[in-house]
Amino acid sequence: MKATDIADPNYFHKVVDCQWACPAHTPVPDYIRLIAEERFTEAYMLNWDSNVFPGILGRTCDRPCEPACRRVRTEEKPVAICRLKRVAADHKGDISDYLPRVPKKKNGKRICLMGAGPASLAVARDLLPFGYEIDMFDRDPAGGGMMRSQIPAFRLPADVLEEEVDLILNMGVNAQFGYEITSMKEMLDMDYDAYFVGTGAPRGRDLDLPGRQEVDDHISIGIDWLSSVAFGHTSSISGKVIVMGGGNTAMDCCRTSKRLGAERVTVVVRSAFDVMKASEWEKEDAMSEGIPIINNRPPKEFLHDNGKLTGIVFECVRPIPDGRGRYRYEPSGEPDVVMECDHVLMAIGQENHCPWVERTVGIEFDKWDCPILDEDTLQSSHPKVFFGGDSALGPENIIWASAHAHKAAISIHLMCQGKDILRDRPPEGVNLISQKMGVHQWSYDAEHDDSKRFLVPHANKRKALDNIKIEVELGFDARLGLKEAQRCLNCDVQTVFTESLCIECDACVDICPMDCITFTNNAEEGELRTLLTAPAQNDEQDIYVSEELPTGRVMAKDEDVCLHCGLCAERCPTNAWDMQKSVIHTPQLGSYASG
Amino acid sequence: MTFVAKPRVRHPLLPVNELGLTRRDYEGSVSTLCAGCGHDSVSAAIVQACAELSLPPHKFAKVSGIGCSSKTPSYFLSHSHGFNSVHGRMPSVATGANLANRELYCIGVSGDGDSASIGIGQFAHIVRRRINMLYIVDNNGTYGLTKGQFSATNDKGSTSKRGVPNLYEPIDLVSMALQIGASFVARSFSGDKRQLVPLIQAGLMHKGFAFIDVISPCVAFNNHNGSTKSYDYVRGHTERLVSADYIAAGEEITVDYESGMLEDVAMPDGSTLRLRKVDEDYDPRDRVQALTQVQRSAEAGEVVTGLLYVDADAADCHDVLGTPATPLNALDDSVLCPGAEALEGVNAQLR
Ligand SMILES: Cc1cc2nc3c(=O)[nH]c(=O)nc-3n(C[C@H](O)[C@H](O)[C@H](O)COP(=O)(O)OP(=O)(O)OC[C@H]3O[C@@H](n4cnc5c(N)ncnc54)[C@H](O)[C@@H]3O)c2cc1C
Ligand SMILES: Cc1ncc(C[n+]2csc(CCOP(=O)(O)OP(=O)(O)O)c2C)c(N)n1
Ligand code: SF4
Ligand code: SF4
Ligand code: SF4
Ligand SMILES: [Mg+2]
Repeated sequence: MKATDIADPNYFHKVVDCQWACPAHTPVPDYIRLIAEERFTEAYMLNWDSNVFPGILGRTCDRPCEPACRRVRTEEKPVAICRLKRVAADHKGDISDYLPRVPKKKNGKRICLMGAGPASLAVARDLLPFGYEIDMFDRDPAGGGMMRSQIPAFRLPADVLEEEVDLILNMGVNAQFGYEITSMKEMLDMDYDAYFVGTGAPRGRDLDLPGRQEVDDHISIGIDWLSSVAFGHTSSISGKVIVMGGGNTAMDCCRTSKRLGAERVTVVVRSAFDVMKASEWEKEDAMSEGIPIINNRPPKEFLHDNGKLTGIVFECVRPIPDGRGRYRYEPSGEPDVVMECDHVLMAIGQENHCPWVERTVGIEFDKWDCPILDEDTLQSSHPKVFFGGDSALGPENIIWASAHAHKAAISIHLMCQGKDILRDRPPEGVNLISQKMGVHQWSYDAEHDDSKRFLVPHANKRKALDNIKIEVELGFDARLGLKEAQRCLNCDVQTVFTESLCIECDACVDICPMDCITFTNNAEEGELRTLLTAPAQNDEQDIYVSEELPTGRVMAKDEDVCLHCGLCAERCPTNAWDMQKSVIHTPQLGSYASG
Repeated sequence: MTFVAKPRVRHPLLPVNELGLTRRDYEGSVSTLCAGCGHDSVSAAIVQACAELSLPPHKFAKVSGIGCSSKTPSYFLSHSHGFNSVHGRMPSVATGANLANRELYCIGVSGDGDSASIGIGQFAHIVRRRINMLYIVDNNGTYGLTKGQFSATNDKGSTSKRGVPNLYEPIDLVSMALQIGASFVARSFSGDKRQLVPLIQAGLMHKGFAFIDVISPCVAFNNHNGSTKSYDYVRGHTERLVSADYIAAGEEITVDYESGMLEDVAMPDGSTLRLRKVDEDYDPRDRVQALTQVQRSAEAGEVVTGLLYVDADAADCHDVLGTPATPLNALDDSVLCPGAEALEGVNAQLR
């Protein structure tokens, strides 16, 4: 293998599994250390910088970082990264001094943001400090998009949502709520310098089965129903409720129904339990509230009594593993089942839908009705129009909306400044900073903590089920937060190797608790992986290879399960190993804000 | 020395041996030796060797004298028996331990100062007595623990860290062991675990006195340019003569084609020692040839490594003394102390 180029920003970035997995590349271990030092405000701001909504995300994020966390591979459960984010938000002090200044004098460029969801809000936040005039339009009565209209208050209290949404609106956004956009042409005629479409994926799917038309009064589309609950138009549901679908919307629908008075709530899913789209923890929460989830039951027909829904007929199928982690389904041979119900909430997916974008204005769509975009700039086929969030690539989540927003904001800024929106983007970068303080002193807490993941305390279940406004999770207090923070392995404190200093004494090999390091003859990657002290079977994790050493061998380190404990550097007599913190520079508009 | 405790977690795919243990279960406490000390690699090799052989850690007796090297039994096999004796006196303790319980695997770790300087008399006699043990000398040519004085194995003309040359001839423990009764004699290098681990395995399973002289650089006091026991010097002057693989009884023995260079030695317990030679004419069962080869290479400034001599069928101390098969510490009082009548009988023989 060729020697590793550690100057490539992606090399060490990939080692920080959580940060790499985070769409917005939040510097996770950095903020976790700040929490451990009880510097909650700084921890919060570090998050705010990258993901814009730490308090909201600390409760609702889909957390792609957690399954990626190295701790899953070294021990078992990931660090509770998401809930630590919430600790920072819950315990922060006054942040006003840390906020970017928004110039009174504008730069003369006007930007139109369509929709007031997380995507548009984050674009606004990125652009305002540069003097842009921001006009935002949304048909809802208040800002936040689906964070407000969909995510129920028992997961995301209104005050947490409002604090972070208002923070941005108050930076000087000209927001017009209750404004339904009906024509893109009309908007383009207003002649803004750039447009950002952040209108989400607002259409819930329906299911056309026999009896569907007749029972229309008893069927609601999940996301429409949730939003009518959020805006106070619906405050109760009665009788037996069936929620159809296996995603997070289904979980929110069933838990909301339970709180609004349903006599019995059942979730019915056509596929198997382990391939349901809902996150593990959402399923667990629903089940722990006494809601049964019934799998492998595709619906066949709605039964009714003169238009009054009485039940649904389901077929029984059996999942057959296809060997690639998926299933195909075949009839199980059991007779069809009828489940009684009075109301159905349909939560089987969402679609992109912009009927108000005339197909003649120069914005092209693909066959799934998604806009055709440049991946790096999020520019549509109309040079002034950019997309982000759910409207760009279909329904995702809040953290992706933030990530898209940063990208689009850079494009908009470059375009307005007359630069090339692809070539002139700020580069990625990495800085390495030694953590050595003294002979055996490191400026990070190198000691490994083998505690198990700490559980987040929950509100009293009976009370929580009585009131939709009672937040179920209480969050870690500062003490538990500190303990959980200690579980982080500090994956951003990198093992950096200097060939010229190594005397090949094997001290690092002998001390490494995880058998990461081997001195061996070089070979192609596939073979090299088999030559290491412990098998390097995780191909997604790189092997760090040195230049050739005096004995003709190379140092090969499998990054996979390194604890970043610093023992290799401690035991190295010549400092050929050093522990250095990698600071990854993810391009963001702030990258320009030097002056 | 390190203050960060070694985490207990281990690589999830670390091999598990026949006892269900991983290599990590054969470790000791974290070393307090200097970072980069060769002795730590020797300890790591012992850990690996014992784990691969699936030997139960509580079936070991570790013995040592005084020195950095003699501290190392703390850093491997924390679940075994051990005795850290006075300077140069490990052989007495080893002899006692092995006589009292012949069922324990006895590992002695000593230094060149401990064995060739203050302990040279004890060393000579434990070799002669053929105690059934593995005796390792971590040979760094210096008194590491007392900050770098020349030891008795330091080569004449080689210098101290400050450049002062050594005026005396070195004692070669390998030659001594060959001369006075060791039935397994090897030399290796702490920086070459691929050679060292199988030698340790073979030495542990060998019946009789097994001796390994391991050149093990002292990074603090004897790893400079004037030293003949530095990492660089040893790497530049090593000649691997015979490699050995230990193949347990019942394990499949694969056929190798350069057979002129191969020699399988049957061990009394049914296992096999497979020797891989660099020179077809070298016979590791010929003691005189071994001695000659070692001396010649030394003259030429070369360090020969590998299994230099082995006699798998040699008698050990228990054969010589005719001790019972049951360990002495397992015999009951009536056997150990047969009473006045038996004493009468013995006395009568002597009248
Ligand atoms: C039930 C449910 C639960 C969810 N839970 C989570 C969760 O826990 N965590 C998570 O990360 N994500 C969750 N999501 C997904 C998340 O809410 C969205 O991915 C995210 O809000 C998308 O942001 P956005 O800015 O692209 O669009 P949106 O948040 O959808 O905002 C779009 C805005 O545009 C407005 N708009 C649309 N069309 C027009 C128009 N023609 N005129 C004027 N205004 C218009 C809408 O009113 C809306 O305010 C959930 C989604 C649902 C449906
Ligand atoms: C009876 C006695 N004499 C002298 C000493 C001082 N002393 C301690 S260790 C040592 C030399 C150890 O050298 P070596 O055996 O080569 O071990 P190393 O530290 O080099 O591994 C000496 C002279 C002592 N502890 N006891
Ligand atoms: S251990 Fe810490 S730094 Fe490493 S992946 Fe997990 S949260 Fe991130
Ligand atoms: S930091 Fe060094 S010693 Fe610790 S696990 Fe990683 S490679 Fe091994
Ligand atoms: S002084 Fe020398 S022998 Fe002793 S621990 Fe340090 S390097 Fe090893
Ligand atoms: Mg010594």
